[in-house]
Amino acid sequence: MLSIRNLHANVGDKEILKGIDLEVKAGQVHAVMGPNGSGKSTLAGVLAGRELFEVTAGEVLFEGKNLLEMKPEERARLGLFMAFQYPVEIPGVSNMYFLRAALNAIRKERGEEELDAVDFMQLVQEKTRVLEVGENLLSRPVNVGFSGGEKKRNEIFQMAVLEPRLAILDETDSGLDIDALKAVAAGVNAMRSPERAMVLVTHYQRLLNYIVPDFVHVMYDGRIIRSGGKELALELEETGYAGLEETVAAQ
Amino acid sequence: MIELKEELQSYASCFDRLQQRAGGPAWLRQLRVAAMARFTELGFPTRRQEEWKYTSVAPVAKGAFAFGDGLIQPPEGVDPLAGLDCHRLAFVNGRFRADLSSVLDGVEAGSLSAALNTGNELVENHLARYASYQNHPFVALNTALLEDGAAVRIPAGTILEKPLYLLWLSSGEQTMSHPRSLIVVGAGSQVSIIEAYAGFGEGVYFTNPVSEIVVGENSIVEYYKVQRERPGCYHVATIQSEQQRGSTLHSHSASFGAALVRNDINSVLDGEGAECVLDGLYTGGGAQHIDNHTTLDHAQPHCSTREYYHGILGGRASGVFSGRIIVRKDAQKTDAIQSNKNLLLSEEASINSKPQLEIYADDVRCTHGATVGQLDADALFYLRSRGIRAEEARNMLIAAFAGGVLDRIRMGALRERLEEMLRQDLQSLLPVQQAAGHASAARSRLHEVP
Repeated sequence: MLSIRNLHANVGDKEILKGIDLEVKAGQVHAVMGPNGSGKSTLAGVLAGRELFEVTAGEVLFEGKNLLEMKPEERARLGLFMAFQYPVEIPGVSNMYFLRAALNAIRKERGEEELDAVDFMQLVQEKTRVLEVGENLLSRPVNVGFSGGEKKRNEIFQMAVLEPRLAILDETDSGLDIDALKAVAAGVNAMRSPERAMVLVTHYQRLLNYIVPDFVHVMYDGRIIRSGGKELALELEETGYAGLEETVAAQ
Repeated sequence: MIELKEELQSYASCFDRLQQRAGGPAWLRQLRVAAMARFTELGFPTRRQEEWKYTSVAPVAKGAFAFGDGLIQPPEGVDPLAGLDCHRLAFVNGRFRADLSSVLDGVEAGSLSAALNTGNELVENHLARYASYQNHPFVALNTALLEDGAAVRIPAGTILEKPLYLLWLSSGEQTMSHPRSLIVVGAGSQVSIIEAYAGFGEGVYFTNPVSEIVVGENSIVEYYKVQRERPGCYHVATIQSEQQRGSTLHSHSASFGAALVRNDINSVLDGEGAECVLDGLYTGGGAQHIDNHTTLDHAQPHCSTREYYHGILGGRASGVFSGRIIVRKDAQKTDAIQSNKNLLLSEEASINSKPQLEIYADDVRCTHGATVGQLDADALFYLRSRGIRAEEARNMLIAAFAGGVLDRIRMGALRERLEEMLRQDLQSLLPVQQAAGHASAARSRLHEVP
């Protein structure tokens, strides 16, 4: 579903990603872990199409298509979703209006009929039950005045409505209390399916207690330096990221 | 100076012809003479004058405009608010047109010319008593060339269910009109009044309206001005209101069309406990210039004013906002809030925003703020990352910004029309080729209060 080959990316003159290779297949959940500054969020941003990052080498194929040539909206329409580390507040645009516009843009791309307001409300009500998102959040402007936890739940709620093929969760766990974390994890787990893949970008192992990944990758200084199964996360939890420099040196 | 006189020559001959042609009571003829004398003294303003520092009226001064024909038949579809459930008075080139107006029941609203010729004392008691021609050359010109317009009297204790809609249409090549409205709302009444300005045909015209509004004791007036002139035309308007004790005026101005726009929107709060809300939305693209000058004159204690003006400027458009708040010596407990926000959609667009607070009382609350910004690149990316096309995402954010003012319009049907006008204009505001998330260092100047 997603093939990343030798991906290099800069912010300004500074190289952040120094050759990333990653293969994600349908049905798989991958966790990308690493300390601050390792390039995790840059990787997520490049995949979503943030203009801040300049790709200098490598390629990314999504469903066999060259992802890097696509605009952010084209990526979303093809089934890519990124849950933002810092969801953006958009005053004056209601959550419902925004989400219906997004869903209908994606449905149109898939050749499906656009949903009218009534059908859309029905869909939303189903999803809010599963995700414990307060319906009062939906009529409010996008993320405006939401608490950190509400913002993250709103990201997962959007994911549930848009039903992407590939979801990238960028530090969705950071700043969440345990109740919010469980709710977010339950939402994510409910969406796991053989047709859908997920990439969890996280600093902490804690999230992985609730969303158990199939593969764990450790990023350091713009590269993936180790890959393994879910047990790798537990190992990191014990040793921390401190030992990584030695690992890199040994390589 | 010789050139200046030449500029005024065509207006002088228009004035002479009008005085010969038009009748009216002696006091009106004298009023015209006095206003013309004052206009001749003042001449057209130049940018050396503080109130006109950022607005050149040279295109108006250099044009030789003649009176437009008030009898021509406007084509279908020129009414920007067609279909609105309202009492409608229509005017073509300043002249009242009974044939285009709807019948009014129990509302004294009609031709100003007719009211002048029948010796209506309302007109004599109020006309030209609020909008002073002494200091404003365009008010002087309007008054000097005053012939027809709208005379509206809302008797005390009237609650008008439907809005009263004055439609001012202009048309012609190098023609001018000087629409004049006199609106007197009696005590304890409640009324909504819309004045819309639009045009037809391909010619360049100049519209110079003056509206005087008396808001009687404890009355509630919602007043809407919709400026939807033809592209390339000139629109210089003054709206002068006088508020009596305990009255509420909610004034809303939406400016979309014309090449050069100047609005002077002033309210004198001349009775205790009066409230005034001045809301405004102005949009401009291409080489449009939009100047809003507002003055809120707190003459009495315990009055409150709220002012929210939002501007959306693209292309090479330039905007001016000058918000003057005067708090007179006796106007204790004044509560005034002013906000001017601007969204610049291109590098070449510019805005000059200038609050002017003149406070002579000591127990008052006055706040003001002005902002200039571009579309939020993070918000654009967020919307696009959910599958929404760049252009649609931009339009959503622009509409949201405009909503800060438009959402405050209580008349839902009118609000929807204005939202639709904004949507129609978005293309001209924003060049399609402009990259999304393009952060520009737009020119702007925010003046500090001296």
